[in-house]
Amino acid sequence: MSDCGSCHGCGAASVLELPGPGDTRAAAPKSIALVGPPNSGKSTLFNRLTGLRQKVANFPGVTVEQHTGVAELPDGRTVHVIDLPGIYSLSPRSEDEQVAYDVLTGKRTDTPKPEAILLVLDSTNLGRHLMLAAPILALGVPTLIILNMADDLRNRNGHVDLAALSAQLGAPVALVSARQGEGIAQVFDFMAGALAKPTPTELPVLQDVPKCREWAGRVGRQARYRSPAPPKWTHRLDSVFLHPVAGPLVFAVVVLAVFQTIFTAAVPLMDGVRWLFDVSGAWITATLPASVFRSLLTEGVWKGVGSVVVFLPQVLLLFLFIGILEDSGYLARAALIADRTMARVGLQGKSFIPLLSAYACAVPAILATRTIENKRDRIATILIAPFMTCSARLPVYTLIIAAFLPERRLFGVLSTRAAALLGLYALGFLAAVATARALKSSILKSGRTHFVLEMPSYRWPTLQSLGLRLLDRSKIFLRRAGTVILLVTVVLWIMAHLPTQGGHAPAIEHSFAGAIGHAIEPAIKPLGFNWKIGIGLITSLAARETIIGTLGAIYGMDPATRSHDLQSAIQHDLTPGGAVALLVFFAFAMQCISTIAVVRRETGGWKWPVFQFAYMSVLAYSGAFVAAHLIR
Amino acid sequence: MLQLSGNNQSDGVSATLVDLRRGDAAILDRIDLPGEEARRLMELGFLPGVRITAGFSAPGGDPRVFQVDGSEIALRRETARRLKIRPDGRIARRDKASRLATVPRTR
Repeated sequence: MSDCGSCHGCGAASVLELPGPGDTRAAAPKSIALVGPPNSGKSTLFNRLTGLRQKVANFPGVTVEQHTGVAELPDGRTVHVIDLPGIYSLSPRSEDEQVAYDVLTGKRTDTPKPEAILLVLDSTNLGRHLMLAAPILALGVPTLIILNMADDLRNRNGHVDLAALSAQLGAPVALVSARQGEGIAQVFDFMAGALAKPTPTELPVLQDVPKCREWAGRVGRQARYRSPAPPKWTHRLDSVFLHPVAGPLVFAVVVLAVFQTIFTAAVPLMDGVRWLFDVSGAWITATLPASVFRSLLTEGVWKGVGSVVVFLPQVLLLFLFIGILEDSGYLARAALIADRTMARVGLQGKSFIPLLSAYACAVPAILATRTIENKRDRIATILIAPFMTCSARLPVYTLIIAAFLPERRLFGVLSTRAAALLGLYALGFLAAVATARALKSSILKSGRTHFVLEMPSYRWPTLQSLGLRLLDRSKIFLRRAGTVILLVTVVLWIMAHLPTQGGHAPAIEHSFAGAIGHAIEPAIKPLGFNWKIGIGLITSLAARETIIGTLGAIYGMDPATRSHDLQSAIQHDLTPGGAVALLVFFAFAMQCISTIAVVRRETGGWKWPVFQFAYMSVLAYSGAFVAAHLIR
Repeated sequence: MLQLSGNNQSDGVSATLVDLRRGDAAILDRIDLPGEEARRLMELGFLPGVRITAGFSAPGGDPRVFQVDGSEIALRRETARRLKIRPDGRIARRDKASRLATVPRTR
C-alpha cells in the first residue's frame, strides 16, 4: 500500500508488542477466534486469513453461523481460525452473543477454547466499537486489536495514535484494511509471535453501558483519535436509494433486472454445459460396448445428473446478484424500504433478508433468521421461507415454461418467459405473505416488535468475497447433484429396469418404477399428471430439481418419447393445464429434505417441520387442483 | 436550563425522536423502554446526552435512520417514540414549538 502519512507507525512496525509477563517465544496458538461488532469487516478479514469459504456480507448480524478455517502462517505453521458471530457486547442475551460468549469462555463442548483473540473493530467508528474491547480484554486472553478499514479512515481524514492506543489497552494494535490486504502481515505476525495476556490500564464496569462508552471515549481521546469525515458517498447514494419516490423505484428495477438477467444471460452458459454433457455422453456410447452398465451410465447417470448440472450457471448468477447486493450494503436499505410492508403482514424488515436469501436457497435463509430476536417473528419467517422461489425450483420452472410458452417480447422489453417466471416468483411470495398473515394473527401472534437495524456504509463488493461465495455455492450444488440426485437417479434406473422379462429390461410401464407411478396415478390424475410425472414427484421429495433428472431418465427409456429432448418430451406428456398445475404444485410444496432437517434443528423439534410439510403439501395439492381445472 | 425550558413549551408532552424531521438534531434525554431493550439501544449508541440527527427514512417516514455516535441506525416509529429528546443547545434549526404543532401524532 502507499505510504500512510497521517497514521502513526504504519507498516511492519505498527504491531506494538508489549513486554508481556515472561516473554516466551512460544509456539503459535492452535486456535484463534475472530470477534467483532457486525459490519466491522470481520468476515472479509477471515477470508484474507484463511481463503476458505465464508459468507461475507455488509449487513448486521449475517454471520450467525460459526465459521472456521485454517490460516497458514508465513513459516508454514497452521492456525485454526474461528469466525464468531458479529456482536455488540459480550453479555449473552441474543443467540449470537451466547455463541460468542460460550466459545470465548470455553463453555462449548464442540469448540475448543481459543488461545488468542483477534478483535476486529471499525477504525472509522472507533468511539462506539471500542466499547466491545472492554469485555474482550477482561477475558484475559491474548488479544490483537485490529482497527479495520484503514483505507476509509485515511481517505476520510481520520487519525489514531496506535502506540498510545496500545498502551491504553495493554494489547498490541494493528491498523488493517482487510479489503485491500493492507496490514494483514501484522495479523500473521501476531499469530506467529509470543502471546501475552492483555494488561489494560483500566476497565469500566462491564454491565454499565454508559460507563463503557465513557471509557471507550476516554481511551480514544488518549489515543488522539480523530473520527473521519462522514462518508460522502453513502449519503449521496442514500439520497437516491432512500428517496421517497426513487427509492422504491430503484428497488423494483433491481429486482426486475436480476430476474431478467438470470433468464437471458444464463442461457448461453447453460447451452455450453448441456453441450458438454451431450458430447461426453455420445462419446461414452461410442466407446463402451452395449451393456447394462453403459445403459446405466448414459441413460441413468449422464441424463439424470446432466439435466440438473445444466442449471449451475443460473443458480450461480442468482447467488452472484444476492452477493453483490449484500456486500455492497444495499440489502440493509432494501430491508428498511420493505419494513412497513413486512409489518403489514406482522413481520419486520429483518425478515426481508432471510426471505430474499430464500430465493437462492431456504437452508441458509432459515439459518439467517437467527438475526431476528423476536422468537415468534423468527418462527413465522422460518415457516414462510420455503415458499420463496428457491434456486432448486428454477430448473423446474425454466423447463416447463420453455416447453409451453413461446418466447415473445412484452412491451418491447420483458420476455414472455421472464414474465411467467416472475409470475411464479410472485405466486410464492403471495403464498408466503398470506401464510405469514394467518400465522401472525393466530398461533404466532405478538405485539409489534422493535426494529433496530444498522445501516452500513456502501462499499464495493470484493472479487475475493464474491468468488469464494460462488465457489462455495458451486460445491454445494455439485455435491448435491453428485450425491442425492445421483443416488436417486441410479435407484430409479434400477427400479425402472426390474423385474427383467426374459433377460431384458421391461417396458418402463411394467417395471417397479412404473408400478409405483401407476399406483399413485389415481391420486394425481385430478391434477392433470400421469404416472411418469408421479414418479418425478416422488423422487422430488428428496430435492425439487431431482424431478428433471428423473423425467430425463424416464423419457429416455420410454419408446414414445425416447427420440425427443426433455422439453418436447414434456410437451408430449402434459396438457397446458397439467403444466400450470405442475408449476403451482412446485411453487407450494415443501419438497426438500435439507430444509425439513434444518427447520427441525432450528426450531428444536419435529412440531414445526411436520406442521409446515403438511400445510404446504395440502396447499400444493389444492392449488394444483384448482389450476388444472381452471385451465383446460 | 435553557434546553429544558424550551422543551416544556409543548404543554407537558415531551418531544421524542419521532418529532425530528430529516436534518433535525436533538439531545437524547431518556429511553422509555424496559431494561433489556433500552440496553440494546444504548449499545448502539443511544445514550442519554448524546446528539442524534434524523436522516433518511423509508417511504412514508417509517422506519427512519438516525445518525448517532458515528453510526446510522434505523428505528421504527414506535421505538423512536420511546426515545425522549430535548433540544440541542448548539443548533436550533427550526422553531421547536411550530414543528411540534405540525407533526401528526397519529398511530
